[in-house]
Amino acid sequence: MIDAIMKLFGKSDKPSREIARDRLKVVLVHDRANISPEVMKLLKDDIIKVISNYMEINKQDMEITLADDENSVALVANIPVQRMKHSSKIQK
Amino acid sequence: MSEIIVITSGKGGVGKTTTTANLGVGLAIRGKKVVLIDTDTGLRNLDLLLGLENRIMYDLIDVTEGRVPYKKALVRHKKHDSLYLLPTSQIKDKTALNPAQLVALCEELRQQFDYILIDCPAGIEQGFKTAIAAADCAIVVTMPEISAVRDADKIIGELGRADKENIKLIVNRIRPQMVRSGDMLDMDDIDEILSLECIGQVPDDELVVTSTNRGEPVVSNKESLAGKAYSNIVGRICGEEIPFLEFGEEGFFVKLKRVFGW
Repeated sequence: MIDAIMKLFGKSDKPSREIARDRLKVVLVHDRANISPEVMKLLKDDIIKVISNYMEINKQDMEITLADDENSVALVANIPVQRMKHSSKIQK
Repeated sequence: MSEIIVITSGKGGVGKTTTTANLGVGLAIRGKKVVLIDTDTGLRNLDLLLGLENRIMYDLIDVTEGRVPYKKALVRHKKHDSLYLLPTSQIKDKTALNPAQLVALCEELRQQFDYILIDCPAGIEQGFKTAIAAADCAIVVTMPEISAVRDADKIIGELGRADKENIKLIVNRIRPQMVRSGDMLDMDDIDEILSLECIGQVPDDELVVTSTNRGEPVVSNKESLAGKAYSNIVGRICGEEIPFLEFGEEGFFVKLKRVFGW
């Protein structure tokens, strides 16, 4: 109810200060990690190559991003697995 | 012991030159012998902010290229006689000055002055690299705005790469009402994001505009909150412990909203 009234007066749920803070944190993680989109693409291709040795993955839906983890940067990969390969097919 | 401080920001228009002028006048009011060096060659403005634009005979480039000794190019302030300006050229560009020349000049100036403040140009190119070369410490000026904070972060990284580890932060043009209503980053947010020691928060103040119009930095105006903030920063630079300003009382609606938890 209060939310609806606030919206009526042009107020969104989240103060713009918090939006600014969150957006800044995310963009600075990327800035500080100093990885260009080209390098990210290379990294992604390499990861695909390695993982494809062991399983079939959905390359379209996979996501690789840098995320803020307290004061450090984490590389977060979300890679949907479609099928595991038979262990006999894995190249040694 | 003299100190060389570069005032920098990355982004243009956040108040580097205004800050330089105010810190210079503030230090002179405290009896320090100060020289302000404008390194924004081709886009000089520090002379205008100090009201000294009609007194310039020679400039920084005349000095570094050996045409005149630095003493001939220094412009003494009209009101504060321990404050000097070393203006730069309005005709030349940033390639006219290299880091080694500025370092050599600052070493000479060290003998004569307590504080040497260097007004840095915007950007991260050669002009910036030259301006920071001689500095013992850096003051990064930013605003509570995402683009200014991001650029400040970039500049802090560049300063680190140039082995400038002593870096302080000034948050300029804060609008207390917007901070209170949750629509502007506050000093704590910016501190947390940049993880840098903050030595001042300066409110957005119309008196900064009118004093700039007159060529009299706002720090000498006792009525101005921004002037008071600059004066406090000067005290902190001199090693005093001064609490940060509280910006006014909360309005009725802000209190009402808080009561109802909106």
